Amino acid sequence: MSEVVMGEGGEASGEILSAQHVMEYAYRRSLGPVLSRFFTGLRDRRIEGLKTAGGRVLVPPCEYDPETGEATSEDWVEVGPGGVVQSWAWVAEPRQAHLLDRPFAWALVRLDGADTALLHAVDAGSEDGMASGMRVTVRWADATEGRIQDIACFVPEEEGS
Amino acid sequence: MSDAAEPVKRLVTPVRIEYRYTPGIAATKFLKAIAQGKLVGQRCPVTGKVYIPPRGASPTHGVPTEEEVEVSDKGTVVTYTIVRVPSENIELELPYAAAQILLDGADIPFSALLQEVVVEDVRIGMRVQAVWRPKEEWGPTFENIEYFKPIDEPDVPFEQFKEHL
Repeated sequence: MSEVVMGEGGEASGEILSAQHVMEYAYRRSLGPVLSRFFTGLRDRRIEGLKTAGGRVLVPPCEYDPETGEATSEDWVEVGPGGVVQSWAWVAEPRQAHLLDRPFAWALVRLDGADTALLHAVDAGSEDGMASGMRVTVRWADATEGRIQDIACFVPEEEGS
Repeated sequence: MSDAAEPVKRLVTPVRIEYRYTPGIAATKFLKAIAQGKLVGQRCPVTGKVYIPPRGASPTHGVPTEEEVEVSDKGTVVTYTIVRVPSENIELELPYAAAQILLDGADIPFSALLQEVVVEDVRIGMRVQAVWRPKEEWGPTFENIEYFKPIDEPDVPFEQFKEHL
């Protein structure tokens, strides 16, 4: 969709025309059996991983083992809510669509009990508060509805959730 | 909101981009003209073809298109599609037709909505005319034209516009 809002200088008499355009599409995807269970878990404030045939726990879960291409098992394991930051990048100026309205880190978080990392935001206050290897824990959103934003963000573990 | 007892089976992931558009010299002339209820294109000095909306240069010869040409708000459907699939961003009643319309005096068609017609009656060669919004709502935007509607004129034979598809 495109909605046209005339900005300054947008009148017909002005010399330079300029308009704010918005293109937006609400893409709907069917989750399939594995991600359906994962997001249902988030709605119920529970993070679940799925075991591969080799016994590794994938979080987020996949229908297929990314290493072997084999179908994953039906063996679900609850993980977290704590975990370890594997790597991170600081966002000094959050954009409108970001989960947090203040500076934060994008981080790969390996939850306790998982063998893979989940990409999410960490609210650490400042860049100095971030380090690879630091422990974090989940902060749940006030209302959960079965989407990744049900995890509002992760926070350093000593602050608790 | 989802029912707490039901599993979550779908996810909505909005794709959104917000940007500021500055039209440039040629499109600005077009937009200022449409704010006055006129459709103004530009002519290629080599081929004589009229492009609307103008881009300021001939797409075939690369030369500036400086001569401005007012074209009619009547035109011919050169091709069309019938939309039967709903979209939450479009509130039109289904099915509806979207057409490529070649305005009288122009050499290139553009996309527009057709209304006041049953979709089964839409055909290539059909004559149509712009339906403008009330004048007090006009601005420098293509949205001044609400849609095109059929007019009571004989269909144009394909031979007459086959160069303009």
